[in-house]
Amino acid sequence: MALNGLAIYKLLPKTNCKDCGQATCLAFAMQMAAGKASLDACPHASEEAMETLGAASEPAIALVEIGTGDKTVKLGNETVLFRHDKRFVHPTAIGILVSDRLDDATEEARIQAINGLFFDRLGETYGVDLVAVRNDSGDAGRFVEVVRKVAELSTLTPALLSEDPTALRGALEAVGERKPLVYGANPENYEALTALAKEFGVPLGVRADGLDELAGLVEKITKLGHKQLVLDSGARAVKQVLADQTLIRRLAIMKRFRPFGFPTICFADNNDGVQRLLDSVVYTAKYAGVLIVNSVDPAEVLPLITWRLNVYTDPQKPIAIEAKVYEVGTPGRDAPVFLTTNFSLTYYCVMGDIESARTAAYILPVDTDGTSVLTAWAAGKLTPEKIKNFLETSGISDRVDHRRLIIPGGLAVMTAKLNEITDWEILVGPRESCVIGSFLRDNW
Amino acid sequence: MGVELVQERWKGKLYTLTIGREPNQVTVGGDSTLPFLDLDGGTYSRPVSALTVLDQRPENWPDTLAGAWGDVLDDPVKWAQRCVELGADAVVLRLISAHPERGDRSPAECAATAKAVAEAIDRPLIVLGCSVDEKDAAVLPVVAEALNGYNCLIGQATSENYKTVVAGCLAHGHSVIATSPLDINLAKQLNILMTDMNLPPERIAMDPSIGPLGYGIEYAYSIIERKRTGALLGDRMLAVPVICLVGEEAWKVKEAQTTDGPEWGADEPRGVLWEAVTAASLAQAGASIFVFQHPEALRQFSLQIDALMGK
Repeated sequence: MALNGLAIYKLLPKTNCKDCGQATCLAFAMQMAAGKASLDACPHASEEAMETLGAASEPAIALVEIGTGDKTVKLGNETVLFRHDKRFVHPTAIGILVSDRLDDATEEARIQAINGLFFDRLGETYGVDLVAVRNDSGDAGRFVEVVRKVAELSTLTPALLSEDPTALRGALEAVGERKPLVYGANPENYEALTALAKEFGVPLGVRADGLDELAGLVEKITKLGHKQLVLDSGARAVKQVLADQTLIRRLAIMKRFRPFGFPTICFADNNDGVQRLLDSVVYTAKYAGVLIVNSVDPAEVLPLITWRLNVYTDPQKPIAIEAKVYEVGTPGRDAPVFLTTNFSLTYYCVMGDIESARTAAYILPVDTDGTSVLTAWAAGKLTPEKIKNFLETSGISDRVDHRRLIIPGGLAVMTAKLNEITDWEILVGPRESCVIGSFLRDNW
Repeated sequence: MGVELVQERWKGKLYTLTIGREPNQVTVGGDSTLPFLDLDGGTYSRPVSALTVLDQRPENWPDTLAGAWGDVLDDPVKWAQRCVELGADAVVLRLISAHPERGDRSPAECAATAKAVAEAIDRPLIVLGCSVDEKDAAVLPVVAEALNGYNCLIGQATSENYKTVVAGCLAHGHSVIATSPLDINLAKQLNILMTDMNLPPERIAMDPSIGPLGYGIEYAYSIIERKRTGALLGDRMLAVPVICLVGEEAWKVKEAQTTDGPEWGADEPRGVLWEAVTAASLAQAGASIFVFQHPEALRQFSLQIDALMGK
């Protein structure tokens, strides 16, 4: 049963000792009520508190970890159904499928291709998380062989897809210290697989046929003492997966239904490449903790990784980029200089449109707390004085020989003032960045 | 062990927007639940997929996009007929030549093109101006008059020019696209202003000015999702269907355009995938009308919609 923060607070020691990491017991109680902290974090909790709080003290969706060291992927601890309510916490872990039925050369090429599925974006690198070896051969020896090869050729964490306890034991003996995901337990093999997962301390995927069977199976497995689980309702068609994912998330968060208080795993294994990608898009938006994809084509994986990045950004916070001089291409000393704001969307539109115009240029994004041109102007965050200051401190004067600054069309009203207070000649650019190309042809 | 159904009891529903002429009308909206979800009872409508025609040869389209259309790019009428052959539910005519920097064509010339396209197709016509407020205010009422009787969807009406656009559409029996800059409150405000002019809410589609995949799509996603849930909770001024210009946004970005990103895989599918993914994600948020530029993106999107509708 879910308790509110005050009810939880009454059961805490009220010493404000900070041992849980929160400033006060009340703050800790509120975190627990929100499903974001567990009573385990309080070393001084009374037995009464532990008994009474029980399920209420645990997060609505358990934290599950796959992998070790800097390859650790965290799943779960989600608190909402819609990302506009609060940030989705742990991005979907993307695993790429490798069948153990391929010949050795194809197998190796595929693993190397997976190692290359990393992309630079906003100055950071983003990529896939898991190499998912599937025991299609039905041969335990072959499975272990391929798992070993993955461990040897890739630093990515393996996921071990087999229902055969013998194959899994062999694989875990080979790569267990990398803390792979084992998938998975079903109503027939769950006792053996739960014992294995406990022995090696690894997370366990649980697959059932439908939600009713899944809830029952999870209860049996948690009674055996394993709580690092990843759930699969068995659905594979996109419409049913969407329905199951939604109901699992609702039951976990709105009802604190314990059997579904774990992250989920989805499979995009549609034979059609494009449909597979579009299904992956749905699963990423709709709560998949792990997503196994059967493709090594960068043209397919790049949009998916980009979408995951977009879904898991904080919706409350405009993304700001650092206010400094940016180069598009290799600008010379006569290259145009564009002023804009440091709202990343605004900045990347301007950058993209300058790139499309095949022009080298400098961009100066003024720090407007990550708001767009018109919003910043309306809020007084983009003033002529601020622009003057940025022109002087950014160092742009040392990088070009001219003094002509292109400002967004929406700031045309500032032209006279900027001409007066800076030593730059102001050119009013277009209101929309998409016509920067024709603007440059006519004006530069 | 039986699992309890956790249902949301939605009390609101989206307005129903119908465009085109009998017997080729298309209807969107009327949804009384979340997209593609049978869990809560209620109904959801199939999204409408449209293809874009420009009224002059496109500038700067990458070969991977222009190549899909071949020889029709110089002829908006043939281009529109090709869209119908390729399975578009509706045709979008973008009057880009009205743009002061792209030809500055007159309202009368634009209206003549629009009329010729409308006459040549047996699908509903959606007309977009050139996205310059003042010029659209001059062009769109003339286009609306020329298209009298065709029951079109015309835009983009903004907070700057909605009065003339709405007046033209009211006088000649069309619906209006209300465009606002990625802000749910401004969007709602514009709907209020337009309905204050006696435009029925059943004749409005909202355009939230989406950003494409990788470039602000998450803002559009959450705004559309908030509109959908707001409408289902009973906010009538958020209850009009959403239209997304996925094609022209997706093809602007470098991932769709570039021909020199070997680490990104082959160019041929990437732009199409960028467009299709942009659409598929916003369909989950609850948008109703999707405007494409590449026919393969429309085809792939429609295939997934078949699956999501349970067909």
